[in-house]
Amino acid sequence: MPEKLVVVGNGMAGVACVEHILKHGPDFEITIFGDETHVNYNRILLSMVLAGEKSADEIVLNDIDWYRAHGICTRLGIRVSRIDRGARVVIDRNGQSTPYDKLILATGSTAFIPPIPGVDKENVHVFRTLDDTNALLAKARKGLKTVVIGGGLLGLEAARGLQVRGCEVTVIHLMDSLMERQLDATGGEYLKRRIESLGIRVMLPRQTAAIVGNGHVDGLRFASGEELEAELVVIAAGIKPNAILAREAGLQVNRGIVVNDFLETSDPRIFAVGECTEHRGQTFGLVAPLFDQARVLAATITDNRGPVFSPPAPAAKLKIMGIDIFSAGSIDECEPGVEVVRYEDPAMGAYKKLLLKNSRLHGMILVGDIEDEQTYLDWMRSGTDLAPLRRQLLFPPTVGDPGLAVAEMPDNETICGCNGVRKGEIIEAIHKHGITTLGQLKARTKASTSCGSCAGLCEKLLRAVAPDFQEETKTTLCSCVPFSYERLREIVRGQKLKSVEEVLAVYGNRKGCEVCKPALSYMLDMLWCGDHEEDRSARFINDRVHANIQKDGTFSVIPRMRGGVTSPDELRRIADVADKYNVPMVKVTGSQRIDLLGVKKADLPNVWRDLGMSSGQAYTKGVRMVKTCVGTEFCRYGVQDSTNTGIELERRFENLFTPHKFKMGVVGCPRNCAEATVKDLGFVGQDGSWQVVVGGAAGKSVRKADLLITVETTEQALEAAGLFFQYYRENGNYLERSYDFVERLGIEKIRKETVYAPEEERRKILDRLHRSKALSQDAWLERNHPANPTQFVQIEPMERVPMSAQAEGSVVREREEAQLV
Amino acid sequence: MTWTKITRVENIPPREGRPVRIGELEIAIFNVNGRFLTIENACPHRGGPLCDGIVTGTAVVCPLHGRHFDLETGMPVRAAEAKCLAVFPTRVEDGVVLVDLTAGRAFNESEAAA
Repeated sequence: MPEKLVVVGNGMAGVACVEHILKHGPDFEITIFGDETHVNYNRILLSMVLAGEKSADEIVLNDIDWYRAHGICTRLGIRVSRIDRGARVVIDRNGQSTPYDKLILATGSTAFIPPIPGVDKENVHVFRTLDDTNALLAKARKGLKTVVIGGGLLGLEAARGLQVRGCEVTVIHLMDSLMERQLDATGGEYLKRRIESLGIRVMLPRQTAAIVGNGHVDGLRFASGEELEAELVVIAAGIKPNAILAREAGLQVNRGIVVNDFLETSDPRIFAVGECTEHRGQTFGLVAPLFDQARVLAATITDNRGPVFSPPAPAAKLKIMGIDIFSAGSIDECEPGVEVVRYEDPAMGAYKKLLLKNSRLHGMILVGDIEDEQTYLDWMRSGTDLAPLRRQLLFPPTVGDPGLAVAEMPDNETICGCNGVRKGEIIEAIHKHGITTLGQLKARTKASTSCGSCAGLCEKLLRAVAPDFQEETKTTLCSCVPFSYERLREIVRGQKLKSVEEVLAVYGNRKGCEVCKPALSYMLDMLWCGDHEEDRSARFINDRVHANIQKDGTFSVIPRMRGGVTSPDELRRIADVADKYNVPMVKVTGSQRIDLLGVKKADLPNVWRDLGMSSGQAYTKGVRMVKTCVGTEFCRYGVQDSTNTGIELERRFENLFTPHKFKMGVVGCPRNCAEATVKDLGFVGQDGSWQVVVGGAAGKSVRKADLLITVETTEQALEAAGLFFQYYRENGNYLERSYDFVERLGIEKIRKETVYAPEEERRKILDRLHRSKALSQDAWLERNHPANPTQFVQIEPMERVPMSAQAEGSVVREREEAQLV
Repeated sequence: MTWTKITRVENIPPREGRPVRIGELEIAIFNVNGRFLTIENACPHRGGPLCDGIVTGTAVVCPLHGRHFDLETGMPVRAAEAKCLAVFPTRVEDGVVLVDLTAGRAFNESEAAA
């Protein structure tokens, strides 16, 4: 008969331990009691739920099927009130007894509530559980005066979460400096400035004397007598181990339940794991050591006693996007033999402090720039001798061969600190299960599923070990803003971010690059339809000057010529412009338009003015043209009016932007003279109907478009086109052509969500399209009102330039000089 | 130092560059969020106008083929391109950008790396 194992506590440490026990062999009949009504979720990510970056479902670690599949008796929402050690039973709050042969206490910790008068008032909350998070979310609203008591990791995460929900947040902290356990005073000051720049007020040091209010909270009174108004108070003043159950059962308890190196308590049948424990006088609040405990205890309890728990060096990272804080190891610079290396850049908000002992990295504080976090952590954990690297300490060299560092790591080195997954386990899993992608690796080993900071390492390992490693389909925008397009659209919409700089400041690296800036510009324009801050510096040059840059820095000008139909008058003007501005080449394009090549930037506004035509958008990711055949107007085979339909189609969508260029075609009969079936969107005329086709291509790849729908009238065809067009605008990733988009989503899904969507949905999609269209305009109107007055003009120096500087030879070439010396 | 008054600060919007021609030499002046930096305007790869590039941090991305150059040192940011560009001392006085056109220098590679 299997032994009965009872686990009190359904949190990360308890369940992690059960997972390890199951790996050793399912010789137990397991019962898990959980005080909370939820399945095991990732508590570390609650701050992301609060900030709206993740949903509650997304932080679940073990869903209910997992408990079922392993035959675990799960008692959720039931608190254990007593342990009867003599009878070897636990008694729950319903008075029911559950017998055990072995008992694991994984009771975790509770929020520490300082003994301040008034903490019991309404609207005073803690931030510890999913229920706490939901309660805060229910209260949070725009302008709510919110005070967070506690300037540690949790307090700051709570503050940021509530602030992005619109609350007016003030953080008060008892100490002189924020996160004083992880940072020194300078680091704390950098952090404070950054937090303040995000719009959160910080008050230091403040001792709260009382929470005042009549029934519900009105404000805080500090020991100094000063008062602060508050409608919501969140206490995040630390945690204390939950050890009452153990204490009442007569187990040895100090601050936490006392455990030895094998996680055994003073009763040989009772074990403890997680934040409720005290090991060699130390209690724990960060997750990494707790996962180590879980592994050790699993060995102990399954008669594989041997592994001992030795707490790893602490490492803490603030999980607030836009604030990069990393601290690890010992940060006590007064420790004998410790030397300190520092770097500060106030303008960049970057601060680095490394503590060395015996030429080894002993601890570190990184604020603002944590790019080298992994290298430092490797140095610290491996005890690398840094004497030969002294000159590169603050800016360690990037490893040439990415596989090298990971190849050199020993097999028992931990890759994922959160989930305690070692290199050896990952390699074994890769071979055993034929893993080829990071996603599979995550599902199989749990590596990189908590904070995700080891994803890079895992990928390097995969690359080095897996024979047919496959890169995941690229889902994040770029390393500057490491979110998927879907997530970013949600963030930008949800947080009402209205400028590229704002997105980069809050969710990115504050720099941005040529990849993410144009993508974010597109996203903002698409989501806010012009009700946003257009930032030309984030646009590619083509979109600053509305022309296509050529190899010599000149530009190409293609006016709109709807449906490829022009007039003698337009042609005369084009000819006159070509003469007047000495245009080196006039060319008919493949899009039934005329291209003026080699125009100087300074001439662009005048060229547009003299043309008197609107922009053909041939330089941008937007609506290009509708190529048409002559159709019923002249053609003896035509069965539909393709030219006029094409012109109307072009009018409806012109001036709008799309994830990638968007080319269309309309043909008046199935002979397809204007190649509509290899366009992003095409109409193929038939006798009495139109086929609307999407996702065609005749460029780098050739793809026949898929049939979206067949309709009877031209108006119906135009509506179907509008639905697909707007759907692509909203759901396509930047630089994703419609043919990739259609293949990614599948035409079935696209049909279901556009032309076959319920009437209400279709109307909403078209409304959004019409709103964007109404706010769009011909970009060439900027000839009269340029976005910036110096956009097109050549800047002339204000004063005469000294003769000596006029020759290019004045540039001193150090390299040449060095050779002369 | 021979400072030449070039233009008013507001003529160069944040995170953008503007070209200025002086005799044979063309320079590009960038406004890196209030800090002005000056670099030769021709990418050593195919002569692309750097003034038209997107700014990323203190680097600019050539609009033609995406080469990155640091505006402080003139060094290419990615190792693939060996050549570096001259940069010029630049300062702001009474809202006017001044450049020392006589002091353009291309850093020695080993020097810039140190």
